[in-house]
Amino acid sequence: MQFSTRYILLFSTALCLISSSMLSIAAVGLRDRQELNKVLDKKKSVLQACRLMKPTDRFSAEEVEAIFQNIEPKVLDLTTGTYAEGVDPKIFDPAKAPIAPAPKNSAQIMNMATQVLVYHVMKEGQLDMLVLPIYGKGLWGTLYGYMAVDADATTVEGITYYDHKETPGLGGEVDNSRWKGLWPGRKVFDEAGQVALKVTKGPAGPVDQDPHRVDGLSGATITSRGVTNMLQFWFGPNGYGPYLEQFRKNGSVQS
Amino acid sequence: MKIFGKKEREVLLDPLFNNNPIALQVLGICSALAVTTKLQTALVMCLAVTAVTGGSSMVISLLRNSIPPSIRIIVQLSVIASFVILTDQILKAYVPDVSKQLSVFVGLIITNCIVMGRAEAYAMQNGPVMSLLDGIGNGIGYSLVLMGVAFVRELFGSGALYGYKVLPLVTEGGWYNPNGLMLLSPGAFFLIGLAIWGLRTWKPEQVEEN
Repeated sequence: MQFSTRYILLFSTALCLISSSMLSIAAVGLRDRQELNKVLDKKKSVLQACRLMKPTDRFSAEEVEAIFQNIEPKVLDLTTGTYAEGVDPKIFDPAKAPIAPAPKNSAQIMNMATQVLVYHVMKEGQLDMLVLPIYGKGLWGTLYGYMAVDADATTVEGITYYDHKETPGLGGEVDNSRWKGLWPGRKVFDEAGQVALKVTKGPAGPVDQDPHRVDGLSGATITSRGVTNMLQFWFGPNGYGPYLEQFRKNGSVQS
Repeated sequence: MKIFGKKEREVLLDPLFNNNPIALQVLGICSALAVTTKLQTALVMCLAVTAVTGGSSMVISLLRNSIPPSIRIIVQLSVIASFVILTDQILKAYVPDVSKQLSVFVGLIITNCIVMGRAEAYAMQNGPVMSLLDGIGNGIGYSLVLMGVAFVRELFGSGALYGYKVLPLVTEGGWYNPNGLMLLSPGAFFLIGLAIWGLRTWKPEQVEEN
């Protein structure tokens, strides 16, 4: 059978229109559910960072909400190191926060939000841990995650990444629970208050002897370096440095 | 099985052993290596591939007389791609954890040679019901190999089955020292190789003449 050029063009246009409209309908119909999943996934990674949820745990949305009863979200203004006034953390959307060009940094962050959502994990009314969002370039793309520190603003409680594009098995091992298990107890800052924590090449010592270093990921030098750069930036003067310093000096932050 | 005549049954069941897409035609190997470290991811992948081959074969078969031959491959690809994106969206909405682990491999079903192969070789010449059965049959044939490989890899690689611990690991105070090779892609290659060897010993007519 012969088909005219006109028919071929019409056929392909019709096919494209029909399949794309069907997919749009499906995407719109499923979007709410997917958004809910994304929010839940982020909350789970907050819990994993502060180790209230083990990697093997399978919590339902209700269980996650129940633990979040003891977690207070706060909107932090990075330019001042204090909590942003007049912003309700319950409805704050980090994606809509004001953007400013980032100072030159090794984590290759070009523009950054000046307001971020941090979490206070409370225990019997007292501040127990701080969970802080971190991100920065790895090998293939940006790694997004959370780092939890104790109320002394120095001791690491845990780290987790919820979104990255690193090679599975190599840089993707930032997800490995055994590697993440090496972090708790290490110190972010040295005695002089400088960011000292880094991912080293090769193995690091146990927590008490080698508090500022974590084992490198084999076969993933650039990802390991990315993690170090990210820590340098976020815990440095342009990140959470000024904010955390108030915790180290006064044990709290005036809002 | 009264609903199915002999021909229908053959079309559905032939791809399981007699004409298995992975073992005989050696198609779809890359995803078979990538998603089979755990039974759970393999199962979801199998369902996704079966749904896509079945659905796209049927739709292509319905369109087969109006598809201009000069653009048939791109038409087949558009239909397949639509099904894959739809599947991906559904997985993201209903099983987000598994969808995250499967990551890019659901999207790569588009390039899975089984889907395209069935569309071009079968659906373009046969009716929609037979094409649907052929697609599902090939999906099941693919699934059979995947699940077998995933069973062995998860059991010996992580000492677990469907996430439940079966063999207590040395690192957690048990006695089983996991076989790291099983967790790496070459492990799956060896397993598929052994499966093909086994199948061809059982059915010698599958051995290719040199």
